[in-house]
Amino acid sequence: MDNLKKLKDILVEFISVVSIHLPDDVYHSLEAMANKEDGRIGNELYGCIFDNLEKAKTLGRPLCQDTGVLQFFIKAGTKFPYLDELEETIIEATKEATEKTPLRHNVVECFTEENTGNNVGTRAPFIEWEIIPHSDELHIDLYLAGGGCSLPGRSKVLMPLEGYEGIVKYVFDTIVEWGVNACPPLVVGVGIGTCSATAALLSKKALLRPVGTHNPNPLAADMEKRMKKGLDKIGIGPLGLTGKESVQAVNIEYAAHHPATLGVGITVGCWATRRGAIDIRSDLSYDIPSHKEAR
Amino acid sequence: MEKKIITTPIDDAQIEDLFIGDVIYLTGMLVTCRDDGHRRLVRNGIYPDFDLKGMAILHAGPIVKKTDSGFEMISIGPTTSRRMEAYEKEFIEMTGTKIVIGKGGMGAKTAQGCKEQKALHCIFPGGCAVSAATQVEEIVGVEWEDFGMPEAFWIMRVKEFGPLIVSIDTKGNNLFELNKAEFNRKKEEALEDVLKHVHYSHN
Repeated sequence: MDNLKKLKDILVEFISVVSIHLPDDVYHSLEAMANKEDGRIGNELYGCIFDNLEKAKTLGRPLCQDTGVLQFFIKAGTKFPYLDELEETIIEATKEATEKTPLRHNVVECFTEENTGNNVGTRAPFIEWEIIPHSDELHIDLYLAGGGCSLPGRSKVLMPLEGYEGIVKYVFDTIVEWGVNACPPLVVGVGIGTCSATAALLSKKALLRPVGTHNPNPLAADMEKRMKKGLDKIGIGPLGLTGKESVQAVNIEYAAHHPATLGVGITVGCWATRRGAIDIRSDLSYDIPSHKEAR
Repeated sequence: MEKKIITTPIDDAQIEDLFIGDVIYLTGMLVTCRDDGHRRLVRNGIYPDFDLKGMAILHAGPIVKKTDSGFEMISIGPTTSRRMEAYEKEFIEMTGTKIVIGKGGMGAKTAQGCKEQKALHCIFPGGCAVSAATQVEEIVGVEWEDFGMPEAFWIMRVKEFGPLIVSIDTKGNNLFELNKAEFNRKKEEALEDVLKHVHYSHN
C-alpha cells in the first residue's frame, strides 16, 4: 500500500479513537472521584457519565457531541520520512474522520462566519510543531478542543510583585466564575511565562500532560498539588452541582520569564477531556499509549 | 423512587410544584435551539414553522447522520446555556416554551423570565451525548439548516429524556446562583490556606 495512504489511515483511526474513548488516565481519575462521592446528585451524575462512556464504546460513537476543533501538537523527528507531506496528510485525515466517525462540523471560517462542513479551514485543524533532532520518529498529541471547555480559557500578564499568589488567585477566580459551566470535574492547565501568548500556549501543553503526573520541578509540583487541594475544598463536584472535590488535576508548565512580567495562562479540559498520544515510527508501525485500555 | 415524567404539551400544573434540584424526565417533542436560533427568533422576529408553545427546547448542537429515510441522531448533549442568557427571557415570552434544557446555569434575567412565564431551566448532564441520543426516538424534522449542523433547529420526539435536574424553577429560584455564592465563600477560605505556601521567590 502507498505509505502516505497508510499514514493517513493511521491518523483517521487515531482521531476516531480519541473521539470515542477517554484516555486511560482520565477514565481512571473519574473512577476514583466517583468513588468518593456519596450524595444523591453526585452518584446520579457519575452514573450517567459511566453509562455514556459505555454506550459510546459499544455503539462506536463520539462520547460527546462536541468533537471540537482538532488540534495537533507534533514532535517531529528530523529524520521521519514523511515530514514534507505530514500537514497535508493531517488535513486529509481530518476530513475523512469527520465523515467516517462521524465528527460534528465545528469549523466556522472567520469573517464569512460560515461552517466549512468538513472541520477544515484557515489554520484548522490547528497544527503546532516541535523538532526532535536525530530522531526518525513522530509523536503527535491530539486534542479535541470543545466549545464549553474552551470558554473559560484566558491569559494575562501580572506584575511580578503579585507573585505566585497572583497566579493562584487568577486560577481560582477563573475556575469558580467560568469553570462551573464547563463540565467539571475539570483538568486545569496553567502556563507561566513572559507574555500572555507564551503563557497561554504553555497552559495548553500542561493540559496535554496526563492526569496524575507532576511537573519535574519539585516547587512547581508542590504548587500543582496545593492548587488542586485548594480547589477541591470548594466542592464544585460533577457538572458544578457540588460534591467532595472540584478538579481532576492542576498541571503547570512554564518558561523562564522576563524580570518585569509574570504571564499566566489558563486552559481547562472538561470531565470528558479528549486527548490522545500516538507514536509513529519510520516503518509506520505505531502505538497509541494514551489509550492502551480503551479498545 | 418513581421517575417524574413530564409530557409535552406542558401546562403549568405539570411543573409549578417542582423545586430546584428535583430530577425529571421529558417525553414528547424536544427541539434544539442555540445561539443562531435565539438571535434569529428574538432579534429578527423570525419564527420557525414548528409551534413552541408548551414545548421544550434543548441548547445543543448534535451530530446527525443523513440516512436514506431521513436522519439518525448519533450524539447529542447539552451546550453551555449561559451563552443564551441575553435572549432567553424574551425567547420564553415570545414562544411559550415551558422547559429550557442545557448545561451549566443561567442568570437573573432568565430566572425572572421563568418566574413570570412559569417555565423551567433544567440541566442534562453535560457530555453524556450518546446516552441522550439513545433517548431520541425519531428526528421528526429540521428547520434553519442554513446555520449548519450544530446550529440548526432539529425537531425530535424523545422518550424519558433525562435525567433533567431543575436549575431554575417556576418561582425563579436559581440553583447555580445559590451554588456559586457557596463556591465563592469557600473559595476565600481555600485561598487563604494556599496563599500561605506559594511564596516561592527569594526573600
